[in-house]
Amino acid sequence: MYTLPSKLKLFAIIFMVVGALGIVSGFLTAPSTTAEVKEMMAGHGDGHGSDHSAAEESHSTPENHVAEENHGDEHSQAANEHGENVHDSEEAHLEHILHQMQNRPWSALYIACLFFLFIALGTLAFYGIQYAAQAGWSPVLYRVMEGITAYLPVASVILFVLLLLSAFHINHIFHWMDPELVDPESSHYDKLIAGKSGWLNIPFFLIRAAIFLAGWNLYRYLSRRNSIKQDEADDNRWFKKNFKMSAGFLVFFIVTESMMSWDWIMSFDPHWFSTLFGWYVFAGMMVSAITVIAMISIILKKQGYLEFVNDSHIHDLAKYMFGFSIFWTYLWFSQFMLIWYANIPEEVTYFVTRIEDYKLPFFGMLVTNFVFPVLLLMNSDYKRVNWFVILTGIVILAGQYINLFVMVMPGTVGASWFIGLPEIGSILFFFGLFVFVVFTALTKAPLLAKRNPFMKESKNYHY
Amino acid sequence: MASKTIHAIYNDDDLLMQAVKQVRAEHYHIEEVYTPFPVHGLDKVMGLAPTRIAITSFMYGLVGLVVAILMMNFIMIEDWPQNIGGKPSFSYIENMPAFVPIMFELTVFFAAHLMVITFYMRSKLWPFKKAENPDVRTTDDHFLMAIDAGSHDVKKLTKFLYDTGAMEISLIENEEDH
Repeated sequence: MYTLPSKLKLFAIIFMVVGALGIVSGFLTAPSTTAEVKEMMAGHGDGHGSDHSAAEESHSTPENHVAEENHGDEHSQAANEHGENVHDSEEAHLEHILHQMQNRPWSALYIACLFFLFIALGTLAFYGIQYAAQAGWSPVLYRVMEGITAYLPVASVILFVLLLLSAFHINHIFHWMDPELVDPESSHYDKLIAGKSGWLNIPFFLIRAAIFLAGWNLYRYLSRRNSIKQDEADDNRWFKKNFKMSAGFLVFFIVTESMMSWDWIMSFDPHWFSTLFGWYVFAGMMVSAITVIAMISIILKKQGYLEFVNDSHIHDLAKYMFGFSIFWTYLWFSQFMLIWYANIPEEVTYFVTRIEDYKLPFFGMLVTNFVFPVLLLMNSDYKRVNWFVILTGIVILAGQYINLFVMVMPGTVGASWFIGLPEIGSILFFFGLFVFVVFTALTKAPLLAKRNPFMKESKNYHY
Repeated sequence: MASKTIHAIYNDDDLLMQAVKQVRAEHYHIEEVYTPFPVHGLDKVMGLAPTRIAITSFMYGLVGLVVAILMMNFIMIEDWPQNIGGKPSFSYIENMPAFVPIMFELTVFFAAHLMVITFYMRSKLWPFKKAENPDVRTTDDHFLMAIDAGSHDVKKLTKFLYDTGAMEISLIENEEDH
């Protein structure tokens, strides 16, 4: 049995406290009036001066108002009145920046929450695949995976609370939730969003979120329970149950995962849509999840717990990290190239905002998520070198966070982004929570699912 | 000087693997093993040096990538620039996304084909080459291990091989040493 080292517990709690401080200070430093925004922009001085003047310029041209998916319509309205009153337009611009800055700590919290939720969810899907495929190599890792998925219920509750806060207009990161957009009488009426309101409306959105989260957590709860019962069983009854349930779960998962990606991520740019978005999110989720499985396995093995895990298991996980990194890039490029080539205004705005305002993270993540893992993990022998896997894993996780960042932030904060206190604080907080929950869950059951029918094969697995 | 080789035939790959281990443990020299299909792990138990074909494959892939870049640069940018979908081809980097599929395909193409050709050359295989396998049954369902008899006691060696599970053992006298 694994026992939680008190140092690790302390470490996790310190991370949570420091992270919480960062989050709180992020909320406290967010401006509440346009006057404060003006002051902040002036106070920034030369360092960001060029940035902001560029942003201001871009706001004075009508095309870019359309490009700004998020508050596009408010602004095309504002743009119509442009010529008449310059002061009004400046005020509207400041108002716009104010909303973006107020959205920033919420978005930072949301992204970090989603990122760690995806690690647990991706691990759950990977675990389900192992059961459904009756994989012979991986059963020695089942308890590690179950430990990681233990974070899913915690993350689900936090995420649902965040979605509720958005639904009750405590924050405005989901632009489409603004009731004025679908009100034909309103001056902010948005025909496109109104046309999508059959799907994108608050009650249905919350019901869907509840169904997705409940379904995943139900599978997680039952499969874990059966896995523990199987330890003491005389036959393979619980394994068979898990096998059947996993097959069903995977069908449920791939449908709900796809819809989840539209709801929780794609709807930040409510005018825009991409048909492979679900796969794209899935690929990123799987890379992060498998990376975390590999990292935790290596850490536990270093501490002398997983003596039955050998180099071949780590090798296989590293192969998956390598493979899914390429898969992620493939989908990233498939989405990018078609839209880039066709160059249809309603589609291409998505990439225009990202390339104009997020150039470094947008292209930088191709290095961290593709070039780096491909070059480091290509050689077969390197996949067995533990510190190589850990090093690549850290870079991949950072890159996958940036991936999520670039998916969410342009729709919520536009050009007013920065990776500062709120973002890092949120990451630290959820990282601390994740480590605490996962490693506590690892102590709850033996690290070897001893009665699994494939255990002997898995222990002797040799590549 | 004539050299003697013993051919031991097995009819099961697991048996063969065990036999290879035992023969090597007794310090007999295995010249070659002929199998009807690739036996997983046989190269390791025979003590063969690991293959370096993966490294050549990587280099061939890089060659393919470079060829694709130079080729598309010449065709689409230098020689005959066209305006496709409002994207005039005057700069390679600005049109790069359109060329990525070609860059990818040629990387794979070069890596795969040149790797196969390298493998044939390294294995000394070419068209119309006469087959080297000493017993046609090794192309069907039998496994043959060729052991250098050298100065060993043939009787003792035969007995030993019989004990490892060989179903047929024959002594081959080569006229010429090679």
